[in-house]
Amino acid sequence: MTEESNPRETESVPAGYVADEFERESVPESRLKGLRSFVGMYAGEHAAGTEFMIGPLFVTHGVTAFDVLVGLLLGNLMAVLSWRFLCAPIAVRIRQTMYYHLERICGIKLVTLYNLANGLMFCFLAGAMVSVSATAVGTYFNMKMPGLNDWFPNSVGWIVAVLAVGAVISIVAAKGYDAVARFANIASPWMVLVFLACGIAALPQLGIRSLADFWPVANDIIWTGMPIEGQSQYTFWHVFCFAWFCNLAMHVGMSDLSIFRYARKASYGYASAAGMYVGHYMAWISAALLYALQLKNNPSDTAVAPGPMAVNIAGLAGAVCVIIAGWTTANPTIYRAGLAFQVLFKKWSRFRVTLVAGSLATFGAIFPALVMKLLDFVALYGLILMPMGTVIFLDYWVLPKLNLKSFFAEAAGIATNWAAGAAWILTLGFCLALFLLAGIEKFFLFIPGWFIAAVLYIVGSMIIQRRTFRETGI
Amino acid sequence: MKILLSSFAFIGLLATVLPSILVCFGAIELGTHKTIMAIGMVLWFVTAPFFMRRKDTA
Repeated sequence: MTEESNPRETESVPAGYVADEFERESVPESRLKGLRSFVGMYAGEHAAGTEFMIGPLFVTHGVTAFDVLVGLLLGNLMAVLSWRFLCAPIAVRIRQTMYYHLERICGIKLVTLYNLANGLMFCFLAGAMVSVSATAVGTYFNMKMPGLNDWFPNSVGWIVAVLAVGAVISIVAAKGYDAVARFANIASPWMVLVFLACGIAALPQLGIRSLADFWPVANDIIWTGMPIEGQSQYTFWHVFCFAWFCNLAMHVGMSDLSIFRYARKASYGYASAAGMYVGHYMAWISAALLYALQLKNNPSDTAVAPGPMAVNIAGLAGAVCVIIAGWTTANPTIYRAGLAFQVLFKKWSRFRVTLVAGSLATFGAIFPALVMKLLDFVALYGLILMPMGTVIFLDYWVLPKLNLKSFFAEAAGIATNWAAGAAWILTLGFCLALFLLAGIEKFFLFIPGWFIAAVLYIVGSMIIQRRTFRETGI
Repeated sequence: MKILLSSFAFIGLLATVLPSILVCFGAIELGTHKTIMAIGMVLWFVTAPFFMRRKDTA
């Protein structure tokens, strides 16, 4: 492993799957990586195909220029601080994969259920990336793009494009993703610059020819504060919370324990800023400019189709960038989904299970709602996985202070730690009730959800650990 | 050889981002910008794989 190599390339696989890269042991001192590896990894990973969707979707929801420029600035800062102060400190102390860490706390059965949920979420996320790539492929075939409010495919061409892109991505992922991971590393600096170039080149087309033009145009043409018909109104807080929880599963949800176990210091958590401010700031804003230009040229064309938007301003390079951005991020996502499912279907080959995951992703991609409602899906994705991150956080920092055992499933030799199980399931139930009954917007649910999970896990641990102590002396 | 390849790759990246700045200042047309970006893309992908350090997986 070289100093500069990408920590994601040595990322963990789910519990129950045996690989050879410190899957069930701590990373030794000799295998730690430097800061540069993490900066490069985060910068590359967050310049993904879905960035082309998120920036425009904010525009469709009628945010203002202040909402976006300041909301993203602060929301991304919260995300970086979450990586730095929640995830990285535990990662550099334990230096184990998230899956193994969780298995020691929750037991193998519960962590298998978590894998299933994680795998399904990965599939749908990959599906959104397949859709993004398909829009670029379709651009050169005059394909009718799906509309903003379309739930079902609106043309045979769309289905064919999605199936073609999905098949290629799935087969390559099933063959093993090393070659694509190397290609993604090569493409990454170029893609970041294409995002930047698209944004800069769009400025004069939007009427921004000097610094003084920016604010009036930003408010009057780009982020007008008026949602497109059929879309709900978003505010500063929506943007702020979305930027914070967009990668909730990775920081608060602790998935990136598997990454930061290779870090020398917890302060490497700040490396995530490279991803947040390149991918989730510059790229989202650039993509929003492309969409605003499309609306300026044709106000009735409200479809968020990254392919035509990028081709309009960057030509062939834009189309290739959209395809590569979707492909290089969908590929490892399908691969990871396959690994998660392999825990459940142990007799299936890696090739077969990854193809199944890819097929699921491709099937999901046929429905434009998956990508047009991407903001909602991302909210759901983070929320579903977040409570387990809360469990990990409390298990490490709080339980020992209450004279309770950390890693209880391992200590007691049980397959399911119901304290963690109840914290997970009941938190999701409580959040659903808050959403349905109290009308709390999905983007804000993770904040009360974190505290609910915390209380449930502590109370559950007290009950279960004391009962186990009485019965077995452990 | 490596210096030559990395120089071409660097020119490829410049050709990707520089035209957009020129468009912004009205120095070139959007069509020219697209053409130069495409050339930059080819330059980058033809040269970068040969000088970017290959990752060990061991």
